[in-house]
Amino acid sequence: MRLEELVNAPAKPNDYSAYPDANGRFGDFGGRYVAETLMPLVLELGKAYADAKADPEFQAQLTSYNTHYAGRPSPLYFAERLTEHFGGAKIYFKRDELNHTGSHKINNALGQILLAMRMGKTRIIAETGAGQHGVATATVCARFGLPCVVYMGATDVERQKPNVFRMNLLGAEVRPVTSGTGTLKDAMNEAMRDWVTNVHDTYYLIGTAAGPHPYPVMVRDFQSVIGAEAREQILEMEGRLPDAVVACIGGGSNAIGLFHPFLNDASVRLIGVEAAGHGVSTDKHAASLTGGRPGVLHGNRTYLLQDDDGQIIDAHSISAGLDYPGIGPEHSFLHEVGRAEYVSSTDEEALAAFQLCSTLEGIIPALEPAHALARVGEIAQELGKDKIVVMNLCGRGDKDIFTVAEALGRKI
Amino acid sequence: MTKDRIDRRFAALKAENRAGFVTYVMAGDPDAATTLSVLKGLPAAGADLIELGFPFSDPMAEGPTIQRAAQRGLKSGMTLQGTLDLVAAFREGDQDTPIILMGYLNPVLHRGFESFAAAAAKAGVDGLIIVDCPPEEADPLSDALEAEGIALIRLAAPTTDDARLPMVVRRTSGFVYYVSVAGVTGVKSADAAEVAPAVERLRKASGLPVAVGFGIRTPDQAAAVAKVADAAVVGSALVDEIESAARLNENVTEKVLLKASELAKAVRSARVGTK
Repeated sequence: MRLEELVNAPAKPNDYSAYPDANGRFGDFGGRYVAETLMPLVLELGKAYADAKADPEFQAQLTSYNTHYAGRPSPLYFAERLTEHFGGAKIYFKRDELNHTGSHKINNALGQILLAMRMGKTRIIAETGAGQHGVATATVCARFGLPCVVYMGATDVERQKPNVFRMNLLGAEVRPVTSGTGTLKDAMNEAMRDWVTNVHDTYYLIGTAAGPHPYPVMVRDFQSVIGAEAREQILEMEGRLPDAVVACIGGGSNAIGLFHPFLNDASVRLIGVEAAGHGVSTDKHAASLTGGRPGVLHGNRTYLLQDDDGQIIDAHSISAGLDYPGIGPEHSFLHEVGRAEYVSSTDEEALAAFQLCSTLEGIIPALEPAHALARVGEIAQELGKDKIVVMNLCGRGDKDIFTVAEALGRKI
Repeated sequence: MTKDRIDRRFAALKAENRAGFVTYVMAGDPDAATTLSVLKGLPAAGADLIELGFPFSDPMAEGPTIQRAAQRGLKSGMTLQGTLDLVAAFREGDQDTPIILMGYLNPVLHRGFESFAAAAAKAGVDGLIIVDCPPEEADPLSDALEAEGIALIRLAAPTTDDARLPMVVRRTSGFVYYVSVAGVTGVKSADAAEVAPAVERLRKASGLPVAVGFGIRTPDQAAAVAKVADAAVVGSALVDEIESAARLNENVTEKVLLKASELAKAVRSARVGTK
């Protein structure tokens, strides 16, 4: 590092978990960039969440549903054959694909719907990419008897048909979004438009750790159950902390949930894996930190894929869940201060990891965590034999079999 | 110059005891040359102030009409700088009609606030409305704009309560823009009965003129709002004219100016016979 870079480098915080500040800022990132019509609602939500967070009764209620409805805690599993295959550090999977609905998204959906009901809201809207968050939201809406509208890009409706049908079975209305390129960012735009039109009764249940404050902190808190459990489980199984924890990143909710309880454990490397699509040097990827720069979209300041005029560029990934041109603001912060490392995997690498995990461990992972797995082998090798790496297996792959079959040239 | 132009215009409107007519079109819809010819014709068609949208890929507060206009603008190659160039070209022939740019934060942020403010002042921009930059996040932008004498015009909404009003009108100048419906542009209709008290509340809190927009499509609606507000803003109804004329291969400029003059007439005659 050159001297001026050292001088200009952001100060290292003493306590990484002390963010955001009262205005929802993680260093330079986050904030509340919404239209005035929504601003009073966003402020009200911030107050309601702070109140709920401090209420032991709310927390007890959430824990109870996590245990008896979602099936938490999820196991921490020693992936013995993959460990042998790579010949490096011991690889553990945090099995969040075993949750009810098949991904980590239920953790956040449960937390937010309990909050929505506490606030007296009677209608739920959500956006979804792969459909995992949409399914989780439709599930909790069915469970608590609230009407549910899920916005989903038309492109994603096409490539994630099983999840669309699942949402319908759960009683949710799925509205395909054709504006833009019909993917996650367009679904989020449309959900925001619905929210601004139906402010009196509607709760917007955002699925990723992005959006205006308090969403990034709220989603992080609800997802931190992943990291908190993993930390306790690895201490019990190995008697020590892992050397690295790894998770895939689209908006970054499962990754921040895994990372957060380890933020102040200096010995634990935090590694996020973005989707490199056809490669980060092409124009078809979804790696916001690797290939983007700071900007404002969907209510927060964060790294975004954008052109020279500040127009948002469409992301590309084989995984609909990672196909987003932004990233949660806390990841932008952790990236800038250097606490977390961010790497990427291409479509092709993720496909290979998807198959490897299926055949070696008997676990069909979602394409999203397959991106993380595609980097875990070399991380394990780099760390060496006596080390430990924990990867969040944040979703199961049933929903992806059609996409994978097509990519492999197979007809099913 | 700059925001003084807005103040002078509202002072003149007050002297005439009539509301102003504010038009919105999107830069580059369907192309830069057409936008410039529309801009040049608007004052004669009755526009007292002009709002010029600069396109953004993700216009979260817009209804389908202006979303499509933004897409057409981007497709025609329009940029933030291109929008400033249009203003500069308009200013060559018009030194009096205030121009307010309206859009989203990211293109301005990407350009850099100081660089943008300097270029906008030079082009002859008088004010800026940034939909996704609430007062809580606006200080760095305000600093840059104030240094160049450009007004940062704030939006107030039906959801803006009394506790929030002082925050909303802090560091604002020119006028306050009242978003008369909770919703996106061009979909719901404004309720004139609810608009009147809101306008009064905003005038009192800000000491500034209040323009009302987001739900005005017809001459009748424009006239109803013009009875109680200091200005009525029409956007989607004009953009619809542009879209249909372009689709039918008609003269876009003629069609949109015709529509503008119908609406202007309604605004101008709204208070005739009243004090």
